[in-house]
Amino acid sequence: MCQSDLDRQSAGEPHPAPEGAPALSVDNLRAYYLMHYFGVEREVRAVDDISLVVRRNEIYGLAGESSCGKTTFLKTIAAAVRPPLTVIGGSVRYGFLDRDLFALSPAELSAVRWKHLSYIPQGSMNVLNPVRRVRQSFIDFAYRHIRLRRGAFFAAVEQHLQRLHLTASVLEAYPHELSGGMKQRVTIALATICRPEFIIADEPTTALDVIVQKDVLAMIREAQQQIGSSMLFVTHDMTVHANIADRLGIMYAGRLVEEAPTAEIFTKPMHPYSAHLVASLPRIGEQSRKKSLSGAPPNLADPPSGCRFHPRCSLATDVCREASPALTTLAPGHRVACYAASRW
Amino acid sequence: MSGDLLEVEHVTKCFAIGGLFGRARFNAVDEVSFTVQAGRAEILAIIGESGSGKTTLARMILNTFAPTSGAIRFRGKDLLEVRGRKRRLDFIRQIQPILQNPYEAFNPLKRVDRYLYASAVRLSGAQSQMARDEAVDAALRKVGLSLAEVKGRFPHELSGGQLQRTAIARALIPSPALIVADEPVSMVDASLRMSIVNLFQRLRDELQVSILYITHDLATAYYISDRVIIMQKGKVVETGPAREVLIHPQHPYSILLKESVLSPDDVGRGRLTLGHDRGAMESAAGVKE
Repeated sequence: MCQSDLDRQSAGEPHPAPEGAPALSVDNLRAYYLMHYFGVEREVRAVDDISLVVRRNEIYGLAGESSCGKTTFLKTIAAAVRPPLTVIGGSVRYGFLDRDLFALSPAELSAVRWKHLSYIPQGSMNVLNPVRRVRQSFIDFAYRHIRLRRGAFFAAVEQHLQRLHLTASVLEAYPHELSGGMKQRVTIALATICRPEFIIADEPTTALDVIVQKDVLAMIREAQQQIGSSMLFVTHDMTVHANIADRLGIMYAGRLVEEAPTAEIFTKPMHPYSAHLVASLPRIGEQSRKKSLSGAPPNLADPPSGCRFHPRCSLATDVCREASPALTTLAPGHRVACYAASRW
Repeated sequence: MSGDLLEVEHVTKCFAIGGLFGRARFNAVDEVSFTVQAGRAEILAIIGESGSGKTTLARMILNTFAPTSGAIRFRGKDLLEVRGRKRRLDFIRQIQPILQNPYEAFNPLKRVDRYLYASAVRLSGAQSQMARDEAVDAALRKVGLSLAEVKGRFPHELSGGQLQRTAIARALIPSPALIVADEPVSMVDASLRMSIVNLFQRLRDELQVSILYITHDLATAYYISDRVIIMQKGKVVETGPAREVLIHPQHPYSILLKESVLSPDDVGRGRLTLGHDRGAMESAAGVKE
């Protein structure tokens, strides 16, 4: 990296928001896939009016079935938006920026990425370059953000690895020489090396074995606590949320249907969908019959009218079919979008 | 014993890896023995992490390749004797697989009903169009779908859960006695998992189909299986009735496995710890990293 590159980036580095601002504030975000090919017009409403706040030093879990829009939501707040995905409206504000994320220029975005905002994507064990040793991935991602000479840079990397209970020898390995769990740990170390204020994680433990999964989750928790960053953790697995998320948001068909501290979602779920997600979890020691939800997730190109959950809901009434319920605060820190919520 | 449905006797599978010089050998499956009885349908869970040999064992039971030593017998006949089209078809009618990734099981360029019709014609002897439609519709209804929903659809037009259920329907068309299910729900969403797991229970209870349920998920294994075999690095480390083994595991690896299972009841209790017992965990798991 030459000196002029570094100069350009320090000039483009964005300014932080005022003190006390939340780590992430999303307001009325809408992002649709707009497709006009060969006379076919399709509008897939993957993210439809989502508003949420992630506080500092907190892990916010996002739960939902596949094709509910969670990955699209993550791509949008990471500013990784490519056609046909289009941001229709709303704003995304991070605590380390004084402006809306979408108002940044590409140069400013690349100064932000990895240093203030890092992303652990799905199947992230595949992020590592398969034909280079692991140390090269650290150079590729982190070198230009950590303004140190080579020797000092690697000393810092090794120190970071040690704090996460990884040995420095992992840097000399090729990715195929490491097990799946090891690759995932390396990816987490990579995502946290610049001590970013915000980390986005998309199903980081889904492909892992049981024993390794617990270890990797513990590592994620420890890394987050060491740095004091905030995290948005997306997975469809509710037991993972129970063990890692401080607050939990439940997404269904592109909308947020419930949000509360994790313990409350598990003990007092107010939305029928959340209640089903919690009740259908099998546990060792329990053999009572677990019911499954009928029907299939809706097609986001043609979602049901009104509340999108009403075709599968046993409590659906006429008003549910006509108008979509707004996300309202029914208890301190507990928001629900359901007409039936206050009834049970 | 001739009364058994499936008999696996001291089966070992040895693979050689490496280049021309210094080929290392390792046992993917090492002296595994168990039986599945005929007469009473049961769900036998084989629990293990990746590298435990469970998929290799499943492949040998499905007669994809032969064991290096030991024998596998189905209804008293050694699998090595299943040669020739007639015997192979007979064998496939009685043992059917369900694999992990439904999107890999179906050709993305073929409509899904083609697979169902092919099974109906070749394995179930349906000749006329009406007989084929009936056989396919009956199998689909057993899994909670219908021919109207699935007819003419490509795999990408169905959700993961629907596609996996279609794969199960295809396996049910010849009315098999044993289904070998290799991680059937690990790629399906947690919220849809129970519908497929409940389906397995119904297959055992109502249709008298025995199921070899290969998984790494202890919770669903506890929920539906009658017996459990725990494998580590090719060997069987513990076996017994499901409730007993999963509530009171005896072997250190089984204990470690059970302790690693995340529970929703731990919410808010901060049970995740890092580093302290990693040494013990790693030696018990036999992991070298």
